[in-house]
Amino acid sequence: MGIYVIKMPDIGEGIAEVELAAWNVKVGDMVVEDQPLADVMTDKATVEIPSPVAGKVIALGGKAGDVMQVGTELIRLEVAGEGNLKEGAAAPAPAAPPEPKPVPAAPPKPAATELPPPPPQKSALVGRHIPTPAPARQPGEKPLASPAVRRYAWDRGIDLRFVQGSGPAGRILREDIDAYIAGRQGAATPAPQRARIDWEETIPVIGLRRKIAQKMREAKQHIPHFAYVEEIDMTDCEALRQQLNANYAESRGKLTLLPFLIRAIVLAVREFPQVNARFDDEADVVTRYGAVHLGIATQTEGGLMVPVLRHAEALDFWQMAAEIARLADAARTGKATREELTGSTITLTSLGALGGIVSTPVINWPEVAIVGVNRMVERPVIKNGQIVPRQMMNLSSSFDHRVVDGMDAARFIQRVRGYLEAPASLLVE
Amino acid sequence: MLTESTTLLILGGGPGGYVAAIRAAQLGIATVLIEGESLGGTCLNVGCIPSKALIHVADEFDKTRHFAANSPLGISVQSPVIDIAKTVQWKDGVVAKLTSGVALLLKKAGARVIKGFARIVDGKTVEVKPADGGDPWRIHCEHLLLATGSVATALPNLPFGGNVISSTEALSPATLPKRLVVVGAGYIGLELGIVYRKLGVEVAIVEAQPRLLPAYDEELTKPVAASLRQLGIEAHTGCTVRGLNAAGNAVRIRNLAGEERELPADRVLVAVGRKPRTEGWGLETLGLTMNGNAVQIDSQCRTSMRNVWAIGDLTGEPMLAHRAMAQGEMVAELIAGKRREFVPAAIPAVCYTDPEIVVVGLSPHEAEAAGLDIIHAHFPFAANGRSLTLESSSGFVRVVARRDNHLILGWQAVGRGVAELAAAFAQSLEMGACLEDVAHTIHAHPTLGEAVQETALRALGQAIHV
Repeated sequence: MGIYVIKMPDIGEGIAEVELAAWNVKVGDMVVEDQPLADVMTDKATVEIPSPVAGKVIALGGKAGDVMQVGTELIRLEVAGEGNLKEGAAAPAPAAPPEPKPVPAAPPKPAATELPPPPPQKSALVGRHIPTPAPARQPGEKPLASPAVRRYAWDRGIDLRFVQGSGPAGRILREDIDAYIAGRQGAATPAPQRARIDWEETIPVIGLRRKIAQKMREAKQHIPHFAYVEEIDMTDCEALRQQLNANYAESRGKLTLLPFLIRAIVLAVREFPQVNARFDDEADVVTRYGAVHLGIATQTEGGLMVPVLRHAEALDFWQMAAEIARLADAARTGKATREELTGSTITLTSLGALGGIVSTPVINWPEVAIVGVNRMVERPVIKNGQIVPRQMMNLSSSFDHRVVDGMDAARFIQRVRGYLEAPASLLVE
Repeated sequence: MLTESTTLLILGGGPGGYVAAIRAAQLGIATVLIEGESLGGTCLNVGCIPSKALIHVADEFDKTRHFAANSPLGISVQSPVIDIAKTVQWKDGVVAKLTSGVALLLKKAGARVIKGFARIVDGKTVEVKPADGGDPWRIHCEHLLLATGSVATALPNLPFGGNVISSTEALSPATLPKRLVVVGAGYIGLELGIVYRKLGVEVAIVEAQPRLLPAYDEELTKPVAASLRQLGIEAHTGCTVRGLNAAGNAVRIRNLAGEERELPADRVLVAVGRKPRTEGWGLETLGLTMNGNAVQIDSQCRTSMRNVWAIGDLTGEPMLAHRAMAQGEMVAELIAGKRREFVPAAIPAVCYTDPEIVVVGLSPHEAEAAGLDIIHAHFPFAANGRSLTLESSSGFVRVVARRDNHLILGWQAVGRGVAELAAAFAQSLEMGACLEDVAHTIHAHPTLGEAVQETALRALGQAIHV
């Protein structure tokens, strides 16, 4: 017969002490391998400590509610054969003396009938393989590790002096470094170790992406952009849209906000023809257009495309909506024709719900203006001395400062705002 | 003045400098290497490589003389003659092949090499005078790596010039002298002394210390001393050099008893060591912290000035090419942002004497002096089959290990061909091998390496063949 001491295991969360929640056994009980001995609680969860061996409980190392250090004696079992406690070794006194227990009057029943049923499933719990700490290096002794392991440690910012080696002669192995990292991360956050990801990928810029890159570079190289952001109260416009959808969605189709924005631009550029234009900077000629061919920035699988809503001034809301849907579909399926992708005179860009609060759109060169639509959101607004909820939305626009003056650009956007905030005017020709 | 900028500027194209340059360029660091003479430095041009080439020639010549004198191998030849001019030409060819190889490697890696002499202006600026005499220009750098190497030390009473030569001249003799006196019985003096002796020159070696190779333990040097006697080299240990005699055809020496005598010499090789090359290139303008006459560095080869690095012989002992190379590689990686430290378990050292000596790690004496409880064992080559088939049964392998956990602390060997064991020795130390690791590795039979395994077995008390 030997004595087997089970210590409070490190339950793998990098914590030094745990609360003993409950005992599942008492002194005198016979336990089988894997039988839960105790429940311990960390700040995360309650876990069971199973018995690594079969034997008879002869002492408990604490009582429920005690906070115990990892590594202190949890329970002492009497086992068949040799235990893990050497004869004559100074046996640490259990933290709490075993509760006085009357000697059972009846002689112990045969073990076979006494043994409780084995637990229904093997607990995946720790504690079965309690790592025995390698003998510590003497202070000042150099850590021992192969060149590969040294590099492995350096590359992870680990000072080998703090790592205990588990190899022969205390040699630090790669696994020791991993264990050290895991332990250190566990101390900070019990989350699983995050692996570093070092791959790189080279992506040739070809096809549509190259086109986009060229266009963007040309725009930024040629055009001194300036940005202008204005806040629009879209409450009435939104009410109109919903009213129209309520009445006509079935017969004419649903409307998004885009046709309203486009209509506002169509009307505003009549007063500010300098923004509905293309600038041939080599010939030093600005061409203004009566027609509004409106580019609509569209995300496709291959990248950004700008199909053109031709003669937007000649379309009503539903015609616009239908044409926009058709163009977007053509662009996304790669069926857009050259005509459908060129010739715009001004561009609208909208990311819808992703619109953010401000953007700085890049002008669709050689145009001179682009209107960016930001997210519409209900915000408190002071109106007539009252705080009222309003549907607010920003327009972020960029202009070619060579040919569009700031004052004109501001006035243009203010006109757009005027139309959108008094949406009935959108219906006036 | 022309100016240009680079990230890393390296002064000196020796083993340390060129390796640093290649590694840095591989890591994408803009690198400029300045070398005034030949790439490869002392090692390739006037050190390791040419001396090993001459040792090979001397060995081959000695072998044929051995055959000419009734060899037990049953080979007989006419007595051989040597054309030393041709020998030197061959040796120069080997050197040229290696130095041009270095140039190619540098080019391939993308490091720029400027042939010229540098002069430090400040820690970030160097002025270069092109070797071809063009206009000087300035190079600005973020990192300055000093790798200027070392020069042979002169004796005040025996200055270089005339018949008094350094190892550099000894490696390119136009003719062979009749009598050579070698001053200094370190590895350079012994290697070259043995070469000259084997080529038929009468050689005497003078050493101030009481024994040969004073840097090595006596047990290791005994087979070398025996070999010198057999070769007919006079060894005058415990003798100091007083200078040349008036006629300039003999070296005056004095022994410990104060008795003076003259050793006739028509050439005198002074090989009393090397010192860091710290002069003539503006090092003093940096005011770096020095360690004796060497530039002081930390374990990352940083000098006392930020982003000024130093490697190799310039930083003092041990002055070994492989140390400089490892340092150079590390500095390049540090500059590239990697975490590195120069903490080798051991730096092997080899003496290409006859027989060769190799030492890696601690000798028994050094380990005991460090307060370690050790076991050590040796295995004689006389009990190694391969040695006997090579007619070289002198020498032994020795191992030093900790008594408690059998961690190997050092290896030493002396014997013909043992230099190649340096690889196995150094690797076992770097891997943190224990005696059992070596003892229970199957070593090929018949090889000299079996002696390594047997040494480890013997240290464990399990030797088979002794």
